[in-house]
Amino acid sequence: MAATPKIELAGVTKSFDANHVLKGVNLTVAPQESLVIIGTSGCGKSVLMKCLNGLIRPDTGSVKIEGEEVLDQGRAALEDLRQHFGMTFQFGALFDSLPIWENVTFRLRHQKALGKAAARDIAAQTITQLGLAPSVIDQYPAELSGGMQKRVALARAIVDEPEILLFDEPTSGLDPITGGVIDRLIIDARKRLGATTVTISHDMASVRRIADKVAMLHNGVIIWAGPADNMNESGVPEVHQFVHGLTEGPLTNNWTIYQAGS
Amino acid sequence: MHRFVQNLGRTALNSFAAIGHISLFSIMAIRWILTPPYYWQQLLRQIIDIGYYSLPVVGLTTLFSGMVLALQSYTGFARFSAEDTVATVVVLSVTRELGPVLAGLMVAGRIGASMAAEIGTMRVTDQIDALETLSTRPMQYLVAPRLVAGTICLPFLVLIGDVIGVFGGYLVGVYRLGFNPSVYLARTLEYLEVSDVTLGLIKAAVFGFLIALMGCYHGYHSGLGAQGVGRATTNAVVSASILILIANYVVTTIFFGG
Repeated sequence: MAATPKIELAGVTKSFDANHVLKGVNLTVAPQESLVIIGTSGCGKSVLMKCLNGLIRPDTGSVKIEGEEVLDQGRAALEDLRQHFGMTFQFGALFDSLPIWENVTFRLRHQKALGKAAARDIAAQTITQLGLAPSVIDQYPAELSGGMQKRVALARAIVDEPEILLFDEPTSGLDPITGGVIDRLIIDARKRLGATTVTISHDMASVRRIADKVAMLHNGVIIWAGPADNMNESGVPEVHQFVHGLTEGPLTNNWTIYQAGS
Repeated sequence: MHRFVQNLGRTALNSFAAIGHISLFSIMAIRWILTPPYYWQQLLRQIIDIGYYSLPVVGLTTLFSGMVLALQSYTGFARFSAEDTVATVVVLSVTRELGPVLAGLMVAGRIGASMAAEIGTMRVTDQIDALETLSTRPMQYLVAPRLVAGTICLPFLVLIGDVIGVFGGYLVGVYRLGFNPSVYLARTLEYLEVSDVTLGLIKAAVFGFLIALMGCYHGYHSGLGAQGVGRATTNAVVSASILILIANYVVTTIFFGG
């Protein structure tokens, strides 16, 4: 008998007024698997990710974590469930008004009543593991570079050792070297925690480094999902165009028509 | 004509919807104020921000308003030889009306705008979503401490503003208009009743709640981008100022004669 998937989505739809973003997404992620969701800008990848931990409630469909339906949960149960998740956002989403040590240990401080001295120690230890100097803990997010902010966001996501990690474009806006470092940190953290990860990325070099499995979202549905090694032989024209970064192809046909028409 | 009626109807419906949203938001906020956990550090930060850092602007506003009031009332009352009531007029005007309203409007400009901008920025940069992912309720962490701090701080600010405003009147009365200092002070206290001060403080508490409510509501529902945050900030200040003036009339009517 196959093991229960860690994450399972079935028929997930979500619309914002007349904009039908998700039109029936089906997807499974196995325990300790690293799934990367790819797709063109604005295709609904972030919305899909936010459906996973209940930040956005789908209109219809099912979202299960370890076989348990997320959408049936009350607010308190959902908050408990979220303690099993760590998430980083595209632009870090660090709390501007708090120093780094409070950002990193926010959940430990507020949910587990961790004292200040212990929280500072844990923050220093965690960011050191991610290649930042311990002195950074007393700085504020605005004082850090983009790459450092991404590391702090990663530290905040992994500090209480969650079972599921969600990364929304972890390498966007970074130079290739810093992006590669972030990828390595993600891989290390995942291995160390034994976590299941779902990542959104446009960066194909990054996708190849961190993905076990890749799924492509297009027009509100998953048009292809398979092992990362099979991406080049998917046989799906949209995947082929996206993976190879081609300007001509089915993903840009609409744009061409629009330009010709206008 | 058809379009005019259509626009009128849409505006009316939007206004009712906005009133409904704000009412629901405030009910939810009050619920979270009463529900643990309590974020004392956030509350303290807001008290310092609203109470302590607003003191200079409230102090200066009430000082000069008290001074102007003494001059203006002297000019008016001199026409029917009632100059000796200047001190009484100054203290009653400041405690019952000018202190709370001026402090409220100044704090609405300073704090309402800053709350809307801070929470709005948190909304557009995903910080509010990040709070949720960290199992923290944004209404409880961001909104509840601000509402409590606003409601607590405004009465203290107004009380201090009252003293400074009366002192402004005293300065003008004694050093510019030539009143005897002890007579001026005696006149100030002669007709002043405890209810005059408490009415002002009740108003201040209501204004403080409204300022924080508008700042949080518009910030929380901020549109995307810098333009969205800018609009939220403007809406927070404008709506808080208007609500202060409306609430001023309502509270005064309730306690009229008190």
